[in-house]
Amino acid sequence: MQDFEAIARPGYRHRHLLGIEGLTPAEIGYLLDLAGHYAVQDPRAHKHSPLLSGHTVINLFFETSTRTRTSFELAAKRLSADVINMSVAWSSIKKGETLIDTAMTLNAMHPDALIVRHPDSGAVKLLSEKVNCSVINAGDGSHEHPTQALLDALTIRRRKGKLAGLTVAICGDIMHSRVARSNLHLLTTMGARVRVIAPPTLMPSGIERLGVEAYMDMRAGLRDVDIVMMLRLQTERMQGSYVPSIREYFRFYGLDRDKLALAKPDALIMHPGPMNRGVEIDSEVADDIDRSLIQDQVEMGVAVRMACLEALTASLRAPTEVP
Amino acid sequence: MATRSESGPTVYLNARLLDPRSGLDVQGALFADKGVIQDLGPRLFNDGVPEGVEVVDCAGACLAPGLVDMRVQLGEPGHEHKETIQTASKAAAAGGITSMVALPNTDPVVDDVAGIEFIARRAREEKLVKVYGYGAVTRRLEGRELVEIGLLSEYGALGFTDGLQAVADAQVMRRALSYSRTVDTVILQHPQEPSLAGGVMNSGELATRLGLAGNHPLNEVIMIERDLRLVEMTGGRYHVANVTCAESVEVVRRAKARGLPVTASTAPHYMILNETAVGDYRTFAKVTPPLRSEADREAVAAGVADGTIDALASDHTPHDQDAKRLPFSLAEPGIVGLETLLPLSLALVHNGRMSLLELLRRLTEGPAEILKGRADLTPGLPCDIVIFDPERPATIDPDRFRSKSKNSPFEAHMVQGVVLRSVVDGRSIFALDSGRRAA
Repeated sequence: MQDFEAIARPGYRHRHLLGIEGLTPAEIGYLLDLAGHYAVQDPRAHKHSPLLSGHTVINLFFETSTRTRTSFELAAKRLSADVINMSVAWSSIKKGETLIDTAMTLNAMHPDALIVRHPDSGAVKLLSEKVNCSVINAGDGSHEHPTQALLDALTIRRRKGKLAGLTVAICGDIMHSRVARSNLHLLTTMGARVRVIAPPTLMPSGIERLGVEAYMDMRAGLRDVDIVMMLRLQTERMQGSYVPSIREYFRFYGLDRDKLALAKPDALIMHPGPMNRGVEIDSEVADDIDRSLIQDQVEMGVAVRMACLEALTASLRAPTEVP
Repeated sequence: MATRSESGPTVYLNARLLDPRSGLDVQGALFADKGVIQDLGPRLFNDGVPEGVEVVDCAGACLAPGLVDMRVQLGEPGHEHKETIQTASKAAAAGGITSMVALPNTDPVVDDVAGIEFIARRAREEKLVKVYGYGAVTRRLEGRELVEIGLLSEYGALGFTDGLQAVADAQVMRRALSYSRTVDTVILQHPQEPSLAGGVMNSGELATRLGLAGNHPLNEVIMIERDLRLVEMTGGRYHVANVTCAESVEVVRRAKARGLPVTASTAPHYMILNETAVGDYRTFAKVTPPLRSEADREAVAAGVADGTIDALASDHTPHDQDAKRLPFSLAEPGIVGLETLLPLSLALVHNGRMSLLELLRRLTEGPAEILKGRADLTPGLPCDIVIFDPERPATIDPDRFRSKSKNSPFEAHMVQGVVLRSVVDGRSIFALDSGRRAA
């Protein structure tokens, strides 16, 4: 990541938000504090902040995603930005319009921030090198999804009061999950212990070297954890048979009451959504209002994205601010 | 130094003559006439040079057989926007390569006599380096039907390979190895078991961090091990191209010890770079097979030094910017290498791993023997030579490449070794302008 304009951005010194890896605890803490500030605002009372009035934010999605796109759109609109949604069908990319062509087109529109989702790891970084505005990674391939990790962390921090010292189990399709990667970077950076649980076919090689403990036995992995973070089984990213059947997957890696009982009595459940009920999580557990943080995660999403937009566009506002 | 278009009598004076075949390493002179080496040695023309003989003063530089590059993609026919036989020939000449062999994965694929003839005709027109071709092993590289191995050999195919694709079907490979014995040709394999090799970079921690699909070294080892069983069964000559990992080197080493007709080659990037070169999604470092771990890199260099790996090839794979400026998993694999083959390979000499003569063997006689050719300084052979300064420092600058494509991860890489002159059939086809950097 480029770290110029450091002076203009106290607390977050990068031009883009491309991933969690490489961010310092202070930078992550700053973003979480800022998001926490938005999270406690009553959205009905504070419908809009004028912070990004006159600024343009483009949602550029090369993969369909209603939830993330809507969350970013809402965040930008609450800050009074002009929001443009662009969906680029994957088929047209294959036909020849390259990412660089897209970047050139976008540059001509002079956006202030670009929110990008792309099915290829590294694509958002490539785009960020070709545009003049700030870029937020809204998920690139199997690489990172930083705002999801931030909203997960904010959700945990609000309920547990801390991140350091907690033990978090991330379970499911670790290999294809950008959510898992961003979360393990964030949580280990902030002092949490992270376990990853997956069948060997969905466990990427060398994962232990990222500072986590790897388990293929879910029961062993869940023992005494504070947080159980389930992942969606990403059938669309899978070519070939990674697991023999959904039925078998649920039997060994699906979260149900029985397996959850191995975690701490006050352990909380998370899921980035959308959930495959009966595949990676049992409805009974997912809908347990005492244990499940799934709805909180969705709510924190808007606050986190407002915080990221504010942090990244700080220098844009600086010249107009009254001393 | 100007280049000459004709091959009159010429003497190369004050040279360090290096011939891996005879083990010659002396200061002396080489005399060529009518495109052929006539004589060489330390005392040649000690009493003066006869009239009418052109004199090239090598000023103490090394004079060796011209390099034989056994793995090149030309781009022509079909991908002329990336490279042509003309631009590749100029690049090869600047790299000290006097003979190169093209992979058949062009468009159309070289799977018939016409394809081989086309390359030969275009090379004759260019009159630069000698250009040869491989035939595909299977029609259209589809891995099913064998090409006319005998006929293509008669028309000049130096060997058979499906290029960047492995011959995956064991039965097809068995028949190719078996049938190739009728014309004593070699089958070259791209060692990747396709059902395992889906990844875009070496598998491991870095691939996991980057969220890129990994390609495990075992994909390579499994393919080589399978093929060696077939070699044992059929007696066919087998060559492993682009050896990238420690276990492959070991497997080849054991096979050679058992006397199997197996040879191997690799490219400088597998000896110099490891997987970290693709950090930050650097597509210029995307190659197939991928760059491996540091331990693998080290083992490949050791394999070259001890002779387990017989030949060094550039693996020249030209790609235009559009093919590389893409997300990593979509970018084409490959590095241009004609102009950097010698300077990069010389690192093995400079870091004390092997003698200059041994390195030259991997670049000249080694590949030539695999392809049943000659590349040495024996009088009577064509005067295909390279003159180079192995000590002169240079910085690699892809903008100065003669290749049409500039896809090299070695930009600004410091090397020691500069090609001063390339000679084919006694004709100087490249001579370094004074003061100009070669690499």
